[in-house]
Amino acid sequence: MRYNERELLSLSRQPAEKAAEILMRVPKKGSVLKKRLVKLVVNFLFYFRTDEAEPIGALLLEHCRITKEEENVFSISFIEEPERKYCFECDSEEQCQEWIEALKRASYEFMRRSLIFYRNEIQKMTGKDPLEQFGISEEARFQLASRKQ
Amino acid sequence: MKLNERSLVFYATCDSPADNAGFLYKRGERHTAYHRRWFVLKGNMLFYFEERESREPVGVIVLEGCTVELCDSAEEFAFAIRFSGTKSRTYVLAADSQAAMEAWVKALSRASFDYMRLVVRELEKQLEEMRWGCRHGPACCKARPLGMEHSLPALPTVPPKENGCAVWNNVPSMDQLHDGCDGDTNPRPPPLPPRRRASSGDTGVAEISTFCRLHERYGREVAQLRQDWQHRQCQHRP
Repeated sequence: MRYNERELLSLSRQPAEKAAEILMRVPKKGSVLKKRLVKLVVNFLFYFRTDEAEPIGALLLEHCRITKEEENVFSISFIEEPERKYCFECDSEEQCQEWIEALKRASYEFMRRSLIFYRNEIQKMTGKDPLEQFGISEEARFQLASRKQ
Repeated sequence: MKLNERSLVFYATCDSPADNAGFLYKRGERHTAYHRRWFVLKGNMLFYFEERESREPVGVIVLEGCTVELCDSAEEFAFAIRFSGTKSRTYVLAADSQAAMEAWVKALSRASFDYMRLVVRELEKQLEEMRWGCRHGPACCKARPLGMEHSLPALPTVPPKENGCAVWNNVPSMDQLHDGCDGDTNPRPPPLPPRRRASSGDTGVAEISTFCRLHERYGREVAQLRQDWQHRQCQHRP
């Protein structure tokens, strides 16, 4: 699949929501934990060899599952292939929990659901649609009814 | 750079609703010939397929940080997705009709994750302020049960400007919020979206003005596009 690599590279250089050096293992036979600089930017998780400017890879965090594994360890897998896990071993349980929380909320789909929820709540409390003043209340992506679960 | 391509393909083809979909002509990179492709917009990812029934996209355009503009092209209803940076490619696309073009331009210029995040934060803030106002207002709602006849006073409405962009300055004042709080029966909200950890003062005021500026910018672009089109329509009339 073609993609605009230059823009993705540029995105990987932007200020991160969260970044840390973490041990990471990719779901490939024989792969081992390796120290990586892991960086969360919008709904992408970039991973770099430490001290390299360009990421080795990027994970788009849509339709993924973040799972707590053993102590200090969490994994990312994607719903169409749940056995293929990207594993991350943190320095502490606290760091592990922070990453799990951050990654669970890092998807566009999560934000869309939050937006629809808040919109609905505000509408219930005030009788007004808070999206109206931004001129986006008619957009399909913000409609409650159209979303399939 | 590796990408989790299989997951991308799944995201593109699964039955989660698309934010926009349709045929567009895409100008090739090296040659200027246009190719008809089926485009699917999901979140901040614009996928394109050879055919509507294709199992896998030919490619994807990550839309973060792009601007969408009308462009001068022999092709009618053309628009461009541009990125900043000297060597960045510009994607030139053309729709089949004015309406389709406008719909795509509108959808694409608001497709970024950043934009979505700002909108969510604004609503989250509004909701927090409304609830906080309820708890600390002079006639706190906890003291008395409310009947259905008590409705919340509306937040001050700002009439939308013609391009749908309005300045938001309706921080609700305390006295507006003291009645009508339905605190007992509201379901709990989902966990709050992540807050960006900014190094320097990340005050609420800064966030509001950032959002306003961003929204103004998007609104201006769309208004400009509409103006340009209207101008051209006048020119083309016999």
